[in-house]
Amino acid sequence: MPSAAPDPTSDAKSLVLPFADQLDVAAAARLWVETQQAAHAGRDRALVFDLAAVTGCDTSGATLLLEAERSHGGTTTIIGANDGVAAVIALVRTATIAPKAPQAVPETDWRELPRAAIAAIGDELAFAGEVVVALIRVPARHRMLRMEDLLRAADEAGVKAIPLVLLLGALIGLILAFQSLVPMRRFGADIYVANLVSLSLMRELGPLLTAMVLAGRSGSAFAAEIGTMKINQELDALNTMGVDTVTMLVLPRLLAVMFVMPVLTVLMDFAGLFGMTMVLTGFGIPPIVVSHQVAAAVVPLDFTGGLFKASLFGAAVAAIGCRSGLATGVGPRAVGQAATRAVVGGIVATVVLDGALAVLFNRLGW
Amino acid sequence: MAPLIQANALAQSFGARTIFRDVSFEVAEGEIFVILGGSGCGKSVLMRQIVGLQPPSSGHVAVFGQDIYAPASDVRSKIGVMFQSGALFGAMTLLENVMLPLEMLSDLPPAARRAVAQVKLGLVGLTDAAGRMPAEISGGMAKRAAIARAMALDPPLLLLDEPSAGLDPITSAGLDRLILDLRHDLGITVVVVTHELASILAIADRCIMLDAAAAGVIATGDPRKLAEDSDNPTVAAFFNRQTLAVAAR
Repeated sequence: MPSAAPDPTSDAKSLVLPFADQLDVAAAARLWVETQQAAHAGRDRALVFDLAAVTGCDTSGATLLLEAERSHGGTTTIIGANDGVAAVIALVRTATIAPKAPQAVPETDWRELPRAAIAAIGDELAFAGEVVVALIRVPARHRMLRMEDLLRAADEAGVKAIPLVLLLGALIGLILAFQSLVPMRRFGADIYVANLVSLSLMRELGPLLTAMVLAGRSGSAFAAEIGTMKINQELDALNTMGVDTVTMLVLPRLLAVMFVMPVLTVLMDFAGLFGMTMVLTGFGIPPIVVSHQVAAAVVPLDFTGGLFKASLFGAAVAAIGCRSGLATGVGPRAVGQAATRAVVGGIVATVVLDGALAVLFNRLGW
Repeated sequence: MAPLIQANALAQSFGARTIFRDVSFEVAEGEIFVILGGSGCGKSVLMRQIVGLQPPSSGHVAVFGQDIYAPASDVRSKIGVMFQSGALFGAMTLLENVMLPLEMLSDLPPAARRAVAQVKLGLVGLTDAAGRMPAEISGGMAKRAAIARAMALDPPLLLLDEPSAGLDPITSAGLDRLILDLRHDLGITVVVVTHELASILAIADRCIMLDAAAAGVIATGDPRKLAEDSDNPTVAAFFNRQTLAVAAR
């Protein structure tokens, strides 16, 4: 039975709040605001809880009374409580000892930011160093580099990405060709769309877009997989066994991706050329003319340079994915955060590397 | 008075494997009832059947006189459950964990939810840890926080799955004391699934013992009496009687 609402009776010295029936969580919910307001308003008098008609009380009901006591802040008395009700109130009273003040959160010192950034870059370089050392030591630790892990990573990152890469490549080629054909046609230069699109794809877009796909699909997967292993203490188990986690977990993924990225990029390039050819054919340019234009525009270095970039982008994406996984924190959000870091870091690193390579290739006259 | 839990001829099979069959028992109001047995005998499965998470292969379980598997059953809101792992929500602080059922299932205003949740954490001795995340606390604290969350809505029936598992004897004894206090001070009926001998002898009014080999119940009653005079060799072995006898020689 629900508790009746308190109907305050008062005189000059005291405010009496009578309760009835069950003081349970439902009664507490119903009476909370009213009771606290009444107690607060009666601060100039002694507060009396009349519980003579209360048949039972749970911890929520007792909390209602003790919070009202706190709102009142002055002298309070409980009258008429039966033994069971009094025991619950006494129990809750012992449980409501004020918690210690929380430790002050240190204010952010913005001057620390550059130092933190340098430390973060240092960590990344240290990880790159660890990977290089692990690569050098592979002959001595060849049993830790398991072929089945490498093939599985190649399958996940490469073979299973083929449909997406082909679809994206064809669509990108199609869109690029269509968007550039319309304005170039005004100047009678529509035949050069083949040169423009094929060069863009081979030199830049092919490797770049494939790396984006890889970052979204595999970088995040690497981070989540290794992050979950870390949370489950599997990495600790490997370390205590004396197994080098970089050799066992990072190298197979890194090598697999470095191998599959050029293959995926070739597929992306050719799918793009196919999409472009479809558009140009639709606008009356025969495929044989398109292929001659492409052959004339693209030199082998454009193609191989793109593949070199693809391999490098793949290594960056895989390394960042694995690094994010290894740096996973604790708690259920940590894996999600690691996956996000892997994708964002992979994309940013790819674009930064692309810019650096553009400058380098230009200097080298490629 | 009608029993709070009435289990009648419960059975559970997974494929061809029978975990247990013909398990019947009753739990009275205000009782501390222990489901005990060795690993793999189906203790946790039986508990899941009682709380409505695992429909039995056959048999019937009524809680507060209602079929827990009936579509319109509102019994679940009267049951607090602590799972073996604690099952705390890792993305929430302990206080938020305890506030969650209050937020979802009660009409308490936010300030009241916070106050009630603080009280629940205080009851299990975690007042100062209210703002900490589950990943930052020890196993014993996680179990106590899980009990606080199970008690959030002041349920009259509390089911605890292996509350002492993996804890040191002192922490385990503290939890036993907490269970006894909950029954004594709040009148809560408690069903505990455990195989911790010290806990069983400390808290149980009555128990039911499952055995994997027998695929069912091999003993029921007061655990202290079972420890002293059960003829069943598995029961005797479980209560260390043979071991104690060897030690005494």
